[in-house]
Amino acid sequence: MALHVSSAPPISAFHHLLCFFFHDTYPEMEYASSLQRQLASMKKNLFDQGYLDEQFYQLEELQDESSPNFVEEVVTLFFRDSSRLVANIDQALQKYPQDFRRLDNIMHQLKGSASSIGAAKMKNECTSFREFCNKENREGCLRSFQKVKKEHAVLKQKLENYFQLLRQDGPVDKATRSGN
Amino acid sequence: MAVVAEAQFHVLAVDDSLMDRKLIERLLKTSSFQVTAVDSGSRALEVLGLSEDLTSSAAVSPAHNEIEVNLVITDYCMPGMTGYDLLKKIKGSSSLKDIPVVIMSSENVPSRINRCLEGGAEEFFLKPVQLSDMKRLRPHILKGKSKEQQLQQEETSITSNKRKARDDELSPERRRPRLSNNSLI
Repeated sequence: MALHVSSAPPISAFHHLLCFFFHDTYPEMEYASSLQRQLASMKKNLFDQGYLDEQFYQLEELQDESSPNFVEEVVTLFFRDSSRLVANIDQALQKYPQDFRRLDNIMHQLKGSASSIGAAKMKNECTSFREFCNKENREGCLRSFQKVKKEHAVLKQKLENYFQLLRQDGPVDKATRSGN
Repeated sequence: MAVVAEAQFHVLAVDDSLMDRKLIERLLKTSSFQVTAVDSGSRALEVLGLSEDLTSSAAVSPAHNEIEVNLVITDYCMPGMTGYDLLKKIKGSSSLKDIPVVIMSSENVPSRINRCLEGGAEEFFLKPVQLSDMKRLRPHILKGKSKEQQLQQEETSITSNKRKARDDELSPERRRPRLSNNSLI
């Protein structure tokens, strides 16, 4: 293949050539793209910043060809449950006098679910809340619950972003992406 | 019926949380178990062929209970019938008492754990349950099966001795895969 350079070639021309030459040897080279690097760094941040723990890796281990979207499905179920539980606690906190046993019960469920997906920060805030419940400290519960809600919202956003990006990185996209 | 080594064992998983059911089902399937997952203790008893309502006409008959369950794994905290209640019902049933039961809970409460173990549970798993925990299930199933086989062998030797005394009878006990009290006479 003759390389005919009549004028200063744009970077993209070389880019194309490199892809052509390297495609068969290192098919991932082009595809270890900004997308994948973004995904990897997103995931690393989630762990480094303590949003997720080891349990999330356990979920990934359970994902395979027979259940290719397992992690996302479980996480979706989690947020479905957790949103409901958070709403229940919100409601229960507005009641007077406070039913601490019921509050603790609901929070126990929320904490259990959070720990099942490896939602570390959320789990910790749930634990704090339960401690306030045990001491029947309403103010403490209210403050703690704000933190629970915040962690819940932040995690939801981060994971939504993560899975959205993950979906873009699917096998179909890899095949059609041709190094433009 | 010595199909112990290659058989795919059937586990009945009980958990009221859909998310946890999905998880335990995946854990079990990944570990080569056949799974039935239900959302309550009463549903579990139905699958096991034991009607909770003793006055109902759906009394247990062998034909009714075709699904053989090799192990039950249940959440502890469930509304209505707790995992402990389910455990007691299984262990209190002559037809089901030899099925190993494992209890799961997200809370590490020693008194609760002891209560379950004393109630006949083989093990207590702390949630979140992990793949490595699945390896602990097979030994309980095999232990139960070898006990069953041993008792079956004793049964057949008893009945074959009887057959020498009585000419014509073919012992139905030899074909029965599960142990029940009335076969030992």
